[in-house]
Amino acid sequence: MSIIRTWLFCMLAISSVNAVSSEKTQEPVAHVKNAPTVTFEVSVNKLAKADYIEKKRIINHILDSKHDRALELFTSVLKGRLFYVKKTTELVTISKTEGKKVLATSFISGEEVGLFKKRKVKKVGINNALRGRLKGAIAELELFSATESKRVDAALSILKSADDNHLPLILKALEFENSNGKNQLVIEILSTAKHLISLKSSNAEARLHAITYLDKSLYGETRNGLLAFIDHGLANTDKYSSLEISLAKKTLESINQLMQLNGILENVYFGVALGAVLLLAAIGLSITFGVMGVINMAHGEMIMLGAYTTFVIQQLMPNNIGMSLLVAVPAAFLVSGIIGVLIERSVIRHLYGRPLETLLATFGISLVLQQAVRSIFGPLNQDVITPEWMAGTFTVNAGLELTYNRLYIIIFSLMVLAGLALVLKKTLFGLQMRAVTMNRPMASSMGIRTGWVDALTFGLGSGIAGVAGVALSQLTNVGPNLGQAYIIDSFMVVVFGGVGNLWGTLVGAMTLGIANKVMEPMAGAVLAKIIVLVAIILFIQKRPRGLFALKGRSVDG
Amino acid sequence: MTLERPKHLENEFVLYLDGVNVSFDGFKAINNLSLCIEPGEMRAIIGPNGAGKTTMMDIITGKTRPDSGTVLFKNKIDLTQYDEAEVANLGVGRKFQKPSVIESLTVFENLELSLKGSRSVWQALFHKLSDEGLTKINDILTLINLEEKRDDTAANLSHGQKQWLEIGMLISQEPELLLIDEPAAGMTDEETMKTALLFKKLAKNHSLVVVEHDMDFIAALDCKVTVLHEGSVLAEGSLDTVQNNQKVIEVYLGR
Amino acid sequence: MINNQTMNDSSKLKLGPLATLLVGDKGGQRLLMALIAIAVIFPFCNLVFPQDSIFYISTYALTLTGKYLCYALLALSVDLIWGYCGILSLGHGAFFALGGYAMGMYLMRQIGERGVYGNPDLPDFMVFLSWENLPWYWFGFDQFWFAMVMVLLVPGTLAFVFGWLAFRSRVTGVYLSIITQALTYALMLAFFRNDMGFGGNNGLTDFKEILGFDLQSAETRSVLFFASAMALILGYLISRFITNSKLGRVLVSIRDAEMRTRFLGYKVEYFTLFIFVVSAMLAGIAGALYVPQVGIINPGEFTPINSIEIIIWVAIGGRGTLFGAVIGAIAVNYAKTYFTGAFAELWLFMLGGLFVMSTLYLPKGIVGAVKNIQQGDGKTSQLYFFLKEKFASIKGGA
Repeated sequence: MSIIRTWLFCMLAISSVNAVSSEKTQEPVAHVKNAPTVTFEVSVNKLAKADYIEKKRIINHILDSKHDRALELFTSVLKGRLFYVKKTTELVTISKTEGKKVLATSFISGEEVGLFKKRKVKKVGINNALRGRLKGAIAELELFSATESKRVDAALSILKSADDNHLPLILKALEFENSNGKNQLVIEILSTAKHLISLKSSNAEARLHAITYLDKSLYGETRNGLLAFIDHGLANTDKYSSLEISLAKKTLESINQLMQLNGILENVYFGVALGAVLLLAAIGLSITFGVMGVINMAHGEMIMLGAYTTFVIQQLMPNNIGMSLLVAVPAAFLVSGIIGVLIERSVIRHLYGRPLETLLATFGISLVLQQAVRSIFGPLNQDVITPEWMAGTFTVNAGLELTYNRLYIIIFSLMVLAGLALVLKKTLFGLQMRAVTMNRPMASSMGIRTGWVDALTFGLGSGIAGVAGVALSQLTNVGPNLGQAYIIDSFMVVVFGGVGNLWGTLVGAMTLGIANKVMEPMAGAVLAKIIVLVAIILFIQKRPRGLFALKGRSVDG
Repeated sequence: MTLERPKHLENEFVLYLDGVNVSFDGFKAINNLSLCIEPGEMRAIIGPNGAGKTTMMDIITGKTRPDSGTVLFKNKIDLTQYDEAEVANLGVGRKFQKPSVIESLTVFENLELSLKGSRSVWQALFHKLSDEGLTKINDILTLINLEEKRDDTAANLSHGQKQWLEIGMLISQEPELLLIDEPAAGMTDEETMKTALLFKKLAKNHSLVVVEHDMDFIAALDCKVTVLHEGSVLAEGSLDTVQNNQKVIEVYLGR
Repeated sequence: MINNQTMNDSSKLKLGPLATLLVGDKGGQRLLMALIAIAVIFPFCNLVFPQDSIFYISTYALTLTGKYLCYALLALSVDLIWGYCGILSLGHGAFFALGGYAMGMYLMRQIGERGVYGNPDLPDFMVFLSWENLPWYWFGFDQFWFAMVMVLLVPGTLAFVFGWLAFRSRVTGVYLSIITQALTYALMLAFFRNDMGFGGNNGLTDFKEILGFDLQSAETRSVLFFASAMALILGYLISRFITNSKLGRVLVSIRDAEMRTRFLGYKVEYFTLFIFVVSAMLAGIAGALYVPQVGIINPGEFTPINSIEIIIWVAIGGRGTLFGAVIGAIAVNYAKTYFTGAFAELWLFMLGGLFVMSTLYLPKGIVGAVKNIQQGDGKTSQLYFFLKEKFASIKGGA
């Protein structure tokens, strides 16, 4: 009973919120087109000269009218994009600036009004109170929008600032959602907001009910609300029972635990993503090492070249950033792969059987490539754009949002791994490559041109590094030193997982990635890295040939 | 050919292997292998490729640890507890299949390094060759017919000469048991016969295990022969007995 | 025991123990003579002649050369393990840096109250981090002798522990190279941390005095230069003594045929461990002499690239010859100073090219190439004679 009384009180007290009239709530408001346009136009144009109080009244009026363009109008005003021509007081937006003149477009008709000098137009001004009102109005409109994601965002913004004033709106929106929208997430967010407000109620039963509801709710606001509730309750023990405080404490604790779990999950996700990157970076290294016994110190630079290829492709197709990444994958594979073949044919070919010398020569090559890139593109980092389809996050639960780009990279790296496994298992080239790995003289005497197998293997390894570069360009800065940052980690993966073994590389990369990221919050990024390095150094003592080393008498030689 | 256990308690064996097993990734390289070598005995070991000859030597010399089984040296020393260097110092010398000499050192230095004596780091740092050592090296140089190559680097020797040098290194180690893997490979017939003679001479105060494919060489050694097949002993006895053994013929000629 | 009639000894005249070391080492003899000459002449020219004299050598040049000598000692230490024992350490810069830090800590404590914050015990960076007390591992570093012991002990202990673990489990070849690289990388990350108590990013710098002598004065610089030259000479003699002994031959046999060496009864891990520790200590000494001359030590010295660069000095000079390493270090660093000054952009191209060219065409380095030309065989000598003919024909034509 008393809850309802509170609500009623609230509704009466804040007249400005009465914008949403109760009769209309049964209809999906977003589709309403019945408000007389004339009124809208008249009200809008009044905005130009009105003072702040008048503006607020107009805004409320427009909000009431539920006009299609109300949202557009509010957003424009809020972001300072709405101007008026001083002479005519016509509301305009500015589409182009030409020197000191601006091209104005009528807000109402959408037609070009003409060129004006800058000082002939003026921004529709707002103050802080209006700004708040506009935000509220936008949220209100969006709460009833037809687009689900907009409703979710609006609900979240209401949750952020939930207080008594919003209660009627929240209830209305809940009703709308239950009958029309039926989006469970919106309902959940709004109910959370509703119960958070109930926490502040003077009715003990309502509070208890709210606490029970809030159990396992993972919104940051819930935590803050409960904390505030406990503080307030402890300060006023006469009004609050020890039962509800202890219940609140328990709820808070269980929420904290869930959040901790969330934190771990998030770190594991980051770890798997890092593992995926390491996997991409290391598989190439692993196969060149496995087949040729060659440690390619320039491998990191192959990654860098792949990242730069992405950059160049984006420069070539600036209007099609979304596609550019898909083009960049084969392009980077080719660029790095071809350079890899060139390196193999010109230098490494002469150094077989001398792994340590190869290591030095390829290090030299890495220096040359770095400097070449620095000379061509400059020493600064280049801006690689993340296409829209890779941006954004997906929500696992209220407290856990994960980014899409990492998810794509994880999927992509597994695809590359699967593709490579297929090449090795199913193609003639793969068969020849495995033959050369196992017994070079034998393969050679069976007519396999080991020289070409070497060159192509090296090309393949380098090409995959290039592809890794494309993925990395989405996660980190693209600069001449990009490769160096990843080369030591890639080595660690190969050494840890065992050479020439895809499965080992996968396990190695994931272990390293997850270990790094899970330890990071406890130890800090640098210390975590040091711990991982030391752990691997110690691990090598136990298994000098890695986790999944080939075992047998031929290996020791 | 199973071993009778009591015999091992009575007789002194230089080398005693019993029930030894080793597998690599599921492949059984040595399968319940048993073998005994008496003091002063020379034993030839033959067997097709992959029979486990080299793996057997790896086990005796501490390079490979067996999964199970007993490997005793002089009836009491458990060789599986030691690494290669320790086994060598206990008195087991080994010659590899591929001649393995230290290529950038001279013939003389190769022999000096293998000369019996302390193997500690400190001793090596302040080592000075004694008169006896020098005489011994000179004797061995004569024995292996490399006096003229004394100061040449080992890399410049012919294949046969490297084989000889390695045998020389083995002798200067003064081991009690010599494991020799295909000594005759790359030697002329004349050299082969000379080697056989040398081994017979050595057998008087050493025990020798010789792995070889060359049947003429084995015939010249005139000793007991063990045939290995798929990691275990297939037959044992004089060369004639073994050559007439039905199972051996099957293995060598195929099914 | 009178034991003087061995074949070896009878062929030689009586020589001092020092001279016996250098028998047959023409390059070494020349190098040592040159070093002794430089050790005396450089400081002399710096201190005695006035600045406008043509014989005057500036303190800058003196210090620069002193730096090269430290690098040469570092190269020598790498040659010991790589040239003779075949262990390619990609983390030897770490031992150099640790030696440098040990010296830096001494110099830091010598600053005393003259620091910006005027704290008699705490170095400035600790006051800046508002630390109250000196960390325990800084104790003793106000004593020169203690710091010098640490210069040897810290790199030596690290090498011992790391080497013991690695060699005992037979981590060899490329694997060993990679984990040595990981070692120096981990140390670099660690020293970048402020919490470590080594000045973090900025390292240790603003030194004032060594043993009470002003570090900026020409006299002190000359003494440091002389000390560097002497350390290099001593390091050379020690290395020569080791490589000339039977132990040296064991090392070579480990390099050439590790398994054979084991079957001869040598505990390979003990020998590699010994030489690894000696080498780390030599690198530590080089670092300790380097720091007071350049006036700073920071975590940058741990970067993996630095360690790989040392390898190239040795490779260019000629691995496994000791004096080749010295020549290589000085030559490459001279080139580096020249090129980074004249064409900064080109230096990395040059260095990269050096790596590739030296592995492809100079497998035995400068020393090997010179030998080849003298003996008239090998690719390099063919190239040499080809070029010589060309030049001759050009001259003849003109």
